[in-house]
Amino acid sequence: MTEVRQLFFEESFENLDMMESSLLDLEIGAVDKELINTIFRAAHSIKGGAGIFKFEHVINFAHTVETLLDELRNDQHIVTQHLIDLLLRGVDTLRALLKALQMGQEYNAEAVLACQQEFTALLITPLSPPPEHAHPHPETPHPPVTEVETQPVGWHIRFKPYPRLLKTGNDPINLFRALDALGELQIYADSSQLPAFAELDFQNCYLSWDLLFTGTVEKAAITEIFEWVEGDCDLEIIPLDKTALAETRIAMNKALEASLAKLVSPPEKIIPPEVTETPKSAVVSEIQEKPAHNEHLNSHVNEASSIRVGIDKIDALINIVGELVITQSMLDQVGEDFSVARLEQLRSGLAQLERNTRELQESVMRIRMLPISYSFNRFPRLVHDLSTQLGKKVEIKLSGEQTELDKTVLEKMSDPLVHLVRNALDHGIEMPEQRRAAGKSEVGLLKLHAFHQGGNIMIQISDDGAGFNLERIHQKAIEKGLLTPDENPTVEQLYEFIFHPGFSTAQQVSDLSGRGVGMDVVRRNIRDLGGTIEIKSEIGKGSRFSIRLPLTLAILDGQLVRVGNRIYILSLLSIIESLRIQPNLLSVLAGKAEVYRVRDEYIPILRLYALFNIIPSTTQLEQGILVIVEGEGQKIGLFVDELLSQQQIVIKSLETNYKQIHGISGATILGDGSVALILDVAGLIRQFYSSNSVHTFSELSVGAMT
Amino acid sequence: MNNEETKIANKYLTFVLATEEYAVDILRVQEIKGWNKPTPIPNTPEYLCGVINLRGTIVPIIDLRLRFGLERLPYGQMTVIVVVRVLSGNKERIMGIVVDAVSDVYDINETDIKSTPEFGSVINIEFVKGLANVCEKMIIILEIDALLNSDELAIIEQTAH
Repeated sequence: MTEVRQLFFEESFENLDMMESSLLDLEIGAVDKELINTIFRAAHSIKGGAGIFKFEHVINFAHTVETLLDELRNDQHIVTQHLIDLLLRGVDTLRALLKALQMGQEYNAEAVLACQQEFTALLITPLSPPPEHAHPHPETPHPPVTEVETQPVGWHIRFKPYPRLLKTGNDPINLFRALDALGELQIYADSSQLPAFAELDFQNCYLSWDLLFTGTVEKAAITEIFEWVEGDCDLEIIPLDKTALAETRIAMNKALEASLAKLVSPPEKIIPPEVTETPKSAVVSEIQEKPAHNEHLNSHVNEASSIRVGIDKIDALINIVGELVITQSMLDQVGEDFSVARLEQLRSGLAQLERNTRELQESVMRIRMLPISYSFNRFPRLVHDLSTQLGKKVEIKLSGEQTELDKTVLEKMSDPLVHLVRNALDHGIEMPEQRRAAGKSEVGLLKLHAFHQGGNIMIQISDDGAGFNLERIHQKAIEKGLLTPDENPTVEQLYEFIFHPGFSTAQQVSDLSGRGVGMDVVRRNIRDLGGTIEIKSEIGKGSRFSIRLPLTLAILDGQLVRVGNRIYILSLLSIIESLRIQPNLLSVLAGKAEVYRVRDEYIPILRLYALFNIIPSTTQLEQGILVIVEGEGQKIGLFVDELLSQQQIVIKSLETNYKQIHGISGATILGDGSVALILDVAGLIRQFYSSNSVHTFSELSVGAMT
Repeated sequence: MNNEETKIANKYLTFVLATEEYAVDILRVQEIKGWNKPTPIPNTPEYLCGVINLRGTIVPIIDLRLRFGLERLPYGQMTVIVVVRVLSGNKERIMGIVVDAVSDVYDINETDIKSTPEFGSVINIEFVKGLANVCEKMIIILEIDALLNSDELAIIEQTAH
C-alpha cells in the first residue's frame, strides 16, 4: 500500500506541475478550452487518487478547485489575472498539503480552508458536496453543472430489477455506490416480492429499490450509471424539487417503518438511511474539521526518491545484457577445452566482454540522467510571481531543456539556480520606466540555457538588465576593507567579490535579495558538485552567469599516482600536465616556498608526502614527478613519486560510513579490491593557500613578480 | 530467575582486548571478518587504521587497542575485525573494530548490568554501558554508539571554507 501511496504522491506532484505550467500559459481574457480541460483533468486525477486514500482535505480542496475550473470551462467566468493567481495559489496549497501528507507531517489546515474559502467565494454555482468515493475513471470529467435555475434538487429513482439481474453479473450495490459518489443517496428497499425461504432461488433478485438522490445532477449522469442494467430492469427517474423531495422522503420513511414492522428480521439495509437536512456548506466544513489522524497512520513514511526512466533506456539495457550473456557463453566454450590454438579466440572474447561491460556501465549511468527541464520548468512560475511582486515585466526563455544530467547534480543545482534567477530579476532587470529611459524594451528578457560542452554540462542564466556595476563593487570592497584604495584589481578579481559572504551592492535590501547571503552559498554548492561558475557582464546591457558542471558524479577518469607505498587518484580533468623537474627552473622563495617555472608561469609546489605525513620514495624533487593541476582557476604542482595507470573509477563516498576529509573527495576500489583515495584538487589548493606558511608565499610571489 | 526476566535478556558478543573481555549488543554486529589491510587516511588519529572495501562500500576500521590507549599488537592472520552498525544521529553507519579475538556469545539480563563505578578522571567511562558478571568473569559492556561517535569519528563536519 505504501508503494501505491508513493505513486499517488508522485503522480499528483506531476499533475500539479502540469496544472501550474498550463495556468501560466492561460491568456487573460481568452478561454482556451483545451488548456482548461488539461488543468481540469489534472485536478480531477488528484481528487480521484486522494479518494482512494481518504485524504479528505485534498478531496475537498481539489473538488472546489475543480468546480471553479468547470465554471470557467462553461464560460461562466472570464480569465483574469486574479483568477490565475488564485488558481496558482490553489496549486501551491495542494502541493503543500500533499507534501505534508507524504511526509506524515502536520499541515496548516486553516491555511487550506482559507484558500478554499477564496475559491468558494468566486463560485457561481453552489458547491455540491465532494464525492466520498473515488470516481472509477479519473480521466472522465465530472458532468458539467449548468443551468442552476431549472435544475431539480434531487431525483427519485425507481429501480425494479428483473429476477435475472444478478445472473448478468451486475450487482445493484455497485450502482448505488456510483450514485452515492455523485451526491447524497438514500436507499429504500422493497422486499415485498421476497418469497418464502424454501422457495428462494439465491440466483434471482427479488428486491426492488426506491432511491432518493439529493444533488444537482443531470438526468444523463444517472442514466449513464444504469446503462449497464438497461433491459434487465424497470427504471423510472423522476425529477424532484425541494418540496417534492421532502414529501417523498417522509413517505419513504413511513413505508420503510411499515415494512420493518411487518418483518421479523429487518430487510437488508444496504446503506442506512441518514436524513441530513443540514445545508451543504456545513457538511463540507464538518468533514474538514475531522481530525486528520487517520491520514497520519504511516507517519514514518520516508521519502524514498524514485526516478522515471524512458522505456528506450531500459530496452538498451536489456540488449546489452543480452550481448553480455552471449559473450559469457562464448567464453565458457573457449574455456571448456582450451588449447593454445584458441588463444586468439579467448582474446577477442575478452575484448568483447570489455566492450559489453563498458556499454552496460554507460547505459546504467544513463538511467540516472534526467533532462534539466525537471528543474527549468519551475522558473516560469517563479518569474511570473516575482515580476508581479516587483512590478517588473519579464519574459523568460528556456532552451536546451532536454539536456540530461545526473539526478543528484540536478537536485543539488535546484537551489542555486533559483537563487540566480531571483537575483537576475531583483537586481538585474530594471523597472519598466528605467528600461524605457535606457532605450530598451519594457519587457526584460531572462534566458536559461543548458547545453553540453566537452565532458561538461553548461547552464547559462542571462538577463538583459543593468549588468554589474564594477565601480560600485570596487567601492564596496574598499568600504568593507577587502581592498585598499590604491590597489588596482582586475575585472575577474572584482567579480570574485560578488561571491564573498556578506557582500552586496544592492542599494536596498528587499525580502528577496540584497543581503549578500547567497552568492557564496551558490558557489559552494556548485563547487561541491565539482563545478565552476563564471560571470560575464556589461553595464547597461546585462549579465550572464555560466555554470559548468561535470556530467556525472559517480564515475570519473582517474590518474593513479604513487606517494611512498600509497596510491592516490587524481581526476584527469584537473591535470594540466605532468613533468619531470629540471633543477634550473626551480626557485625557492625565502627558503620555504618552492616555485617551479613552467613556460612563463610560476607554479607553487605542494609536496604531497609532507601534507599527508607519508614516507616517500624520494624527497629529491628531481627524482619524482610534478603533476600540475588546476582547480578554481588556480594552479599548483603536486609532487609525487610516480605516475601509474589511468583508469575509469567509480566514486564511493567516504561520508556514508565515516566523514568528509579535507583534500579528499572520495574513495574508489581498485582492481585488486583495495581502496584508493581520490584527491580533491580544489580542496588541496584551498588548503594550501589558506595555511599560514603559504600566506607568506603569496606575499612573496607578488613581490617577486613585480 | 523467573521467566519474565529471561525474556528481556539480550545476547551479547564478547571479545578479548589485552586481558579484559568486552561485550557489544549482538544485534549491532553485522559480521566478523579476518584482517584485510586497510588504506590509511592521511592526517587522522593513529587508532583509525584506515578504510577497507566491504563488498563495495567503504568502511572505516578502528583499532580498539589504540583507541583505549593500550599497547599496539601487530596485525596478522589472527587479527579479527568485528563489523558493527553504529547509530549516529538518525543515520546508521558501518564501522569495523579491530580486536584481539572474538570470545563468546552470552545472554545477559538487562537487570544484571551494573553501572560502572566512578573512576574519576583516570578512565573515561562514557563508552562503558556497565559491567556484568558471567560465569564468574567480569565483562565490560560497551556503549558502541558513544564509542564510535566520539572525537575524530564524530559525524560533525567542520566546514572547510
